[in-house]
Amino acid sequence: MAAETVSAVETAARAASVREEFPILAIEAHGRRLAYLDNAATTQKPREVIDAIAGYYTTSNANVHRGVHLLSERATAAFEGARDDVAAYFGAAHRHEIIFTRNATEGINLVAQSWGGRHLTAGDEVLISAMEHHSNIVPWQLACERTGAVLKVVPIDDRGALDMEAFGRLLSPRTKIVAMTQLSNALGTVTPMAEIIRAAHAAGAVVLVDGAQAAYHLPVNMQALGADFYVATGHKLYGPTGIGVLYGREALLDAMPPYQGGGDMIASVTFEKSTWNTLPYKFEAGTPHIEGAVGLGAATRFIRRVGFDWIAAHEADLLAYATAAIAAVPDVRLVGTAPVKASIVSFVMEGVHPHDIGTVVDRMGVAIRTGHHCAQPVMARFGVPATARASLAMYNTRDDIDQLVDALHEVRRVFA
Amino acid sequence: MSDQLQELYQEVILDHNRRPRNFRLIAGGVTQEGYNPLCGDRVLVSMNIEDGIVRDVAFEGQGCAIAKASASLMTEALKGLTVAEAQERFAQFQSMVTSAHDEPPADLGKLSVLAGVREFPTRVKCASLAWHAAKAVLDGAPAAPVSTE
Repeated sequence: MAAETVSAVETAARAASVREEFPILAIEAHGRRLAYLDNAATTQKPREVIDAIAGYYTTSNANVHRGVHLLSERATAAFEGARDDVAAYFGAAHRHEIIFTRNATEGINLVAQSWGGRHLTAGDEVLISAMEHHSNIVPWQLACERTGAVLKVVPIDDRGALDMEAFGRLLSPRTKIVAMTQLSNALGTVTPMAEIIRAAHAAGAVVLVDGAQAAYHLPVNMQALGADFYVATGHKLYGPTGIGVLYGREALLDAMPPYQGGGDMIASVTFEKSTWNTLPYKFEAGTPHIEGAVGLGAATRFIRRVGFDWIAAHEADLLAYATAAIAAVPDVRLVGTAPVKASIVSFVMEGVHPHDIGTVVDRMGVAIRTGHHCAQPVMARFGVPATARASLAMYNTRDDIDQLVDALHEVRRVFA
Repeated sequence: MSDQLQELYQEVILDHNRRPRNFRLIAGGVTQEGYNPLCGDRVLVSMNIEDGIVRDVAFEGQGCAIAKASASLMTEALKGLTVAEAQERFAQFQSMVTSAHDEPPADLGKLSVLAGVREFPTRVKCASLAWHAAKAVLDGAPAAPVSTE
């Protein structure tokens, strides 16, 4: 008991000091302390990420991979250094297995078009789940339309957990790719990804993991996980917007045609025929988002410095606290109560539309997301048009949750 | 509650949210769907126009308090107007909910309770949803769902 108390106090003190590394969290919202609980939409940025971007522009800015001058060499070193940071973060076997994209969405589109175009044919099946974000549904619908492949959907149960029995039934020799989220943005469900990957590989399918939500809450290591493709986005990893990551196994990426044509992705160009550059450049046409990569590299170093041991323990403690506190507000019903969850509490309040909840709590300094969370099939599954969603990050504290709960009581007073 | 919140969620709005008026569809009327892709809210506006006069207006659908109250108040405001008057009322309403903070909003009688929406830019579309659907019917161009985007 004594040890537990000490540890809880230490964790709270650590969270408060982590919070101070994020300058924006010191501002007021409508004259109140800001409780930022919309992290599943985007996270705030620590000072060292902001400094890394400013530092790049004040000391190194030039185009990469082409100039012979000092600044171009610096810019190239900064950009490729960021790739090393990201490769280390995800445990990639090779640095050239890390492709910089605009976001997770572009990573999925790249695989659906390039890999899908080469490997999917009529009658093949693409297996996704009923809790995917639109960005892990629509690219596969487009790929199926082009190739004649069929989209199959693994259902979820009333708690929002993946139906693993149905997954086993739907997995067949026709399944060419399984594309699934590791952490549902609308429900907070953590899927048993290692088990999914083992089963898919045994059936001869490759696996794309949508790690947009998972990659900043769970330690993700490509070697331990065994993923063939993994996508993530910089702005949820405490980094900038406009930069994302596609990890792909070398052999798979090597055998795929380019996604976009342009500069940087070629080895040689003539009007008769062009040849492709090596990995990762084959998939990085045009001048990249250099400062975005620099910021993302800094963000991954920051997260590793704070450490997933602490982040996971702190967020798990906070999720349990938030779940109990929000569920205890009268007329509130949680949407998404799977046994294994992380970071997200989705809920509805009897008689009050989520948008009205969002507006009232905003005026009390609390930022949450309300709406369908780009997961309309999930909303349909639970029979609600929208939910309110509080989502956590490493810098949140119990004070943020208490402020939200007070605001929810105010919502009830307004709409009583 | 802050003053702006109080202004937004006035008693009249809360009342129309709880007990929306003309919450039904008109048999034989023209029905138009309005859709707000931001939040996924849908509203059906149903109208009966005879001899250039709006004889009956009603609505159904799901939405936030602002969307529901605005639709409910709209059905009361448009009933009995000529098509031209109803179109004019649409323009006045749009102008009221999008007017600048320092301008006094136009006085639209009971509809003025929705003037507070202009302090909440993300909620203007909620207030406008049913009105856009009604406008499509008044213009004689109902077809695909009208979107607030």
